[in-house]
Amino acid sequence: MSYAQSARVETAELQLPKLERNLLQRRSLISGLLSLGTWAIAIISCVPLFSVLIMLILRGGTRLSWETLTALPPTAFELGGGFGNAILGTVVMVGIGMLLSVPLGILAAAFLSEFEPDSRISQVARFCAKTLTGLPSILAGVFAYAAVVLITGTYSAPAGGIALSLLMIPTVMLTAEEAMKMVPQTMKDAAFGMGCTPSQVVWKVVLPTAMPGIITGVMLAVARAAGETAPLLFTALFSDYWLIQGGKVDLMQPTASLAVLIYNFSGMPYENQIELAWTASLVLVSLVLVLNVISRMISRRKEQMITMLLIVKRVIRRRGA
Amino acid sequence: MEVTAQSQQAEATHSPEDNGYKVAITCKIQELYYGDFLAVRDSDIDIGSRQITGFIGPSGCGKSTVLRCINRMNDLIRTFRFSGELLFHGQDIYAPNIDPVAVRRYIGMVFQQPNPFAMSIYDNVAFGLRLNRYKGDMDEKVEHALTRAGLWGEVKDKLTNGGLSLSGGQQQRLCIARAIATEPSVLLMDEPCSALDPIATRIIEELMHELKEKYTIVIVTHNMQQAMRVADKTAFFSVEISKGGRTGFLVEFGPTSRIFNDPQEELTKEYVSGQFS
Repeated sequence: MSYAQSARVETAELQLPKLERNLLQRRSLISGLLSLGTWAIAIISCVPLFSVLIMLILRGGTRLSWETLTALPPTAFELGGGFGNAILGTVVMVGIGMLLSVPLGILAAAFLSEFEPDSRISQVARFCAKTLTGLPSILAGVFAYAAVVLITGTYSAPAGGIALSLLMIPTVMLTAEEAMKMVPQTMKDAAFGMGCTPSQVVWKVVLPTAMPGIITGVMLAVARAAGETAPLLFTALFSDYWLIQGGKVDLMQPTASLAVLIYNFSGMPYENQIELAWTASLVLVSLVLVLNVISRMISRRKEQMITMLLIVKRVIRRRGA
Repeated sequence: MEVTAQSQQAEATHSPEDNGYKVAITCKIQELYYGDFLAVRDSDIDIGSRQITGFIGPSGCGKSTVLRCINRMNDLIRTFRFSGELLFHGQDIYAPNIDPVAVRRYIGMVFQQPNPFAMSIYDNVAFGLRLNRYKGDMDEKVEHALTRAGLWGEVKDKLTNGGLSLSGGQQQRLCIARAIATEPSVLLMDEPCSALDPIATRIIEELMHELKEKYTIVIVTHNMQQAMRVADKTAFFSVEISKGGRTGFLVEFGPTSRIFNDPQEELTKEYVSGQFS
């Protein structure tokens, strides 16, 4: 008997179980319905974001122009105008917030993840940071008002920056800690084995390797801070003028910001101001969206980021040679 | 009988009195604890200079722990305690005035998993040199280390590529190049071939034979054939169940040929003949 024949005989004798898909079976039906349900709910959860975006584009897009991005805010019955000083103010205050929160946050994270991860101080600091992430932002504003505005005697950009940094530090610190913890222990062992001191391990190996994750955390913190209104109401207030006047920069004066401009203008009875508030909202949301997308890209393409940095380094080296 | 005669001869050529044999490291471990857990006890080994010393034994017998004692890597584990002494050319490296960071610059280490840094091949090798503020010709040093590690031919055109882009075997040779670039006098290897295929393993074993001329090498291995192939002397560790858990201890230490052909201890005999593992 040939092999093919014997195989045929065997299949004939064997009772093959039914393996075809049958959609009418109870479990297939339930499974199908549940999958459909999750699809529907996932789509519904996207509705708020997209409806806000569409609304903003429809209402705010009409006034988007070079003028609105660069001009000063209009007075009560004036037509035209823009919010250039508010964009500059937001950038300056978020910049001050970053200057304060990034070094503080990263160094604290290095302590939490590398130096004394289980010590009492770390546990307390970690708990404080987690509590601070949930801090109502208006409290950050009240604190900065008492600590900076009352002492310096004026509403100012640094006061606003300090209020924002209070909101940024915990985010930067906790994400940077997570990013540093993700650096494999074997890599840290290698650095210790080469004769690195603990601070050299952090500086030369852990920080560069964790950089994409840290940048993601900073971006998220910046995105949040850029949209905050409450802390700025008490600290930077608002202004109809530029921070820079006649080539001189004076930070110690009330400073405009996009968030406060939206708050102020949306409550006014003038059509022009209300339209500008819509446009400012669109600009602010786009800013935050862009920052989020960038941070997403950085964290997803870690490897590519590293090679990109290497390429940049190579180019610089070649130019030097 | 013939085997015994040979091994005795081998022992004679390696005896401490012989001029060609110098002790680089004297390792006297009385008790080694992680917290309350006695991990290793009573292990005395003299590691010969410019020789390969192999550590073999079943899993959990403390051979890696002993290895990591030699360059004070265990100090990174907070609960680590140790009684005994570890003399590196006569100097006790556990003396209170000794800086463990300095010890690790003289006693290099290659780990079980290839662990290059997330930087270019060149920077990986130059890492230790930069750490030691080396002022000479960096390119030459890097090329030299990569050549000795048998990797230069494969990477010379892509030194700026990431070290993590290499294959497993190449990564391990890169780690060896990184470790020998600063010319430590001792190289500790913790199962360097366990993550590699047989071809990469052979390359690294050949490499160890070449490196022996300049470096003292200690290798931990699970693979008895590997110990037979590369080690001049072999230490066999075993494990016993004690109150806190499993405690490792040295059973027998001697020339490799004697450990495998004429073991003196019953435990060694059972292990090398494959009766347990």
